[in-house]
Amino acid sequence: MSPQSAAAGRAAEAPDLAIETASLVKTFGETRAVDGVDLTVPTGTVYGVLGPNGAGKTTTVKMLATLLRPDGGEAHVFGHDVVREADAVRSRVSLTGQYASVDEDLTGTENLVLLGRLLGHHKRTARDRAAQLLEAFGLTDAAAKQVKHYSGGMRRRIDIAASILNTPDLLFLDEPTTGLDPRSRNQVWDIVRAVVAQGTTVLLTTQYLDEADQLASRIAVIDKGKVIAEGTKGELKASVGAGSVHLRLRDPAQRPEAEEVLRLALDATVQREPDPVALTARMGTSTSDTAAEQAARALAELARCGITVDNFSLGQPSLDEVFLALTGHDTEAGSTTGSTEASEGEVAA
Amino acid sequence: MSTATTTENKELAPVSAESLAALLVTRERPPRPSALSASLTFGWRAILKIKHVPEQLFDVTAFPIMMVLMYTYLFGGALAGSPREYIQFLLPGILVMSVVMITMYTGVSVNTDIEKGVFDRFRTLPIWRPAVMVGYLLGDALRYTMASVVMLTVGIILGYRPDGGVVGVVAGIALLLVFSFAFSWIWTMFGLLLRTEKSVMGVSMMVIFPLTFLSNVFVDPSTMPGWLQAFVNNSPITHVSSAVRELMAGEWPTAEIAWSLGWAGLLILVFGPVTMRLYNRK
Repeated sequence: MSPQSAAAGRAAEAPDLAIETASLVKTFGETRAVDGVDLTVPTGTVYGVLGPNGAGKTTTVKMLATLLRPDGGEAHVFGHDVVREADAVRSRVSLTGQYASVDEDLTGTENLVLLGRLLGHHKRTARDRAAQLLEAFGLTDAAAKQVKHYSGGMRRRIDIAASILNTPDLLFLDEPTTGLDPRSRNQVWDIVRAVVAQGTTVLLTTQYLDEADQLASRIAVIDKGKVIAEGTKGELKASVGAGSVHLRLRDPAQRPEAEEVLRLALDATVQREPDPVALTARMGTSTSDTAAEQAARALAELARCGITVDNFSLGQPSLDEVFLALTGHDTEAGSTTGSTEASEGEVAA
Repeated sequence: MSTATTTENKELAPVSAESLAALLVTRERPPRPSALSASLTFGWRAILKIKHVPEQLFDVTAFPIMMVLMYTYLFGGALAGSPREYIQFLLPGILVMSVVMITMYTGVSVNTDIEKGVFDRFRTLPIWRPAVMVGYLLGDALRYTMASVVMLTVGIILGYRPDGGVVGVVAGIALLLVFSFAFSWIWTMFGLLLRTEKSVMGVSMMVIFPLTFLSNVFVDPSTMPGWLQAFVNNSPITHVSSAVRELMAGEWPTAEIAWSLGWAGLLILVFGPVTMRLYNRK
């Protein structure tokens, strides 16, 4: 669907909501795993739920997928209440959990045929569909092998294949790439894009910021059971600042001077990188100038002061920075920013 | 099977975006399967698991053979004059005892399965909710049948001669299967309730040992003290083993059959809903 037609569709009628929750709560003993979550997910998009381990992402997904009963608040999926109309919800959603949601003792084919039958397909249709899916997912060679002998990437694939036996209207992907190598991760991303391209709404939870950045159009940042920020990627990034300038100087001795120049020229917070010639300036939001205009001004100013810049790049703020700014603490997933700061701290101590 | 390492190293075939897109185009869904069809599909899953891990049949082959041999020769001479004499009385009872003992593996398999991700998928399917559990029990019914056939074969080799013939024997086994299916709901409940496989085993033993031994499987209860007779004569195991014994002997024990079926109905009525409640809550 082109952006224009999508926009036209939205204009013509009120946007349909795939998910709508209000003050959703789930407690486990003393802990409030989910503590008043409000989400609004329009259909046809990838909605990212981003947060560190234990933030309440999986619990939220389980409540939306009718696996857990909320202790408070309400949740509707395509207008159906997840508790009172659980069966109506179940017929339209699929879940790919954090751990492979297929039977490890059975083969790839057997798993897909089993689920196909449970979804009401006749034996022959179920078999055909299983074979086609295995083919599309590049698993034909492994079709007759027990899933317990599959590699991590193959498990993810069979798992997602099992989720789209019937094309779901809403697909929950709970940390779909956790523990995968970069290649397999890219392949999972390709699958997600293909699924969304056909009109399925995806709710993706992840603790990897670049994953949300790559796939999601809107993102909710969740921490300690609460949504602490929500918006498009652009909005979230803008909330942190206009962007940042990364510089590499020729002469490390000029770094303190360059730092001062940048601070004055850009209204920026300037950070020294571990590399003795590198600096990062995070631009403020006080002027209406674009990031590029500000950066150009800064470069001119540096040249006027006789500071030689070897290398220069202008970056949008990363979601790492967004997360850090929002929560005041780092993601436990080990973002690059976090580890650098930690190691600097150790050196200083 | 050493496929694990080879599959890891082998280059995965790429995902085909076009064929994937073609597969996703159809948005129509077949009507949801009937309760029976869903249960049978889960039963098929249980059979597939037996196919992949045939070692799990050990408990329905070796164990029953051991039970028949052990008790026939251990008690035979003392209780009935000779093992051959005793087995005419013992075999239907030991059949009931062994199959009821085997039912506890249902709890263990539910317990080990529930921790796995696949259960989450089953629970998000729009199907008749008890189908997963019924599927287990259907798979187990097959195992009970195997155990019964094995024991009967051993019994006949040792000299057991049922007067009821094929009809009586089949009727006896059928009644036993119905009862065991009902009895298994106790274990599905414990399988969902208890946290570890070991505790499921522990609780099962605590229930099964007294229940099966304190019955008329080995001896006529009339020599037992009165308080024990009160328990033994009213135990479901006694009713089932009397019914099976008489059916196999060519009689039609209406009262005992009614008692057995009544107990079966009660067990399902009590433990079925509890199991489903736990399953929905898990």
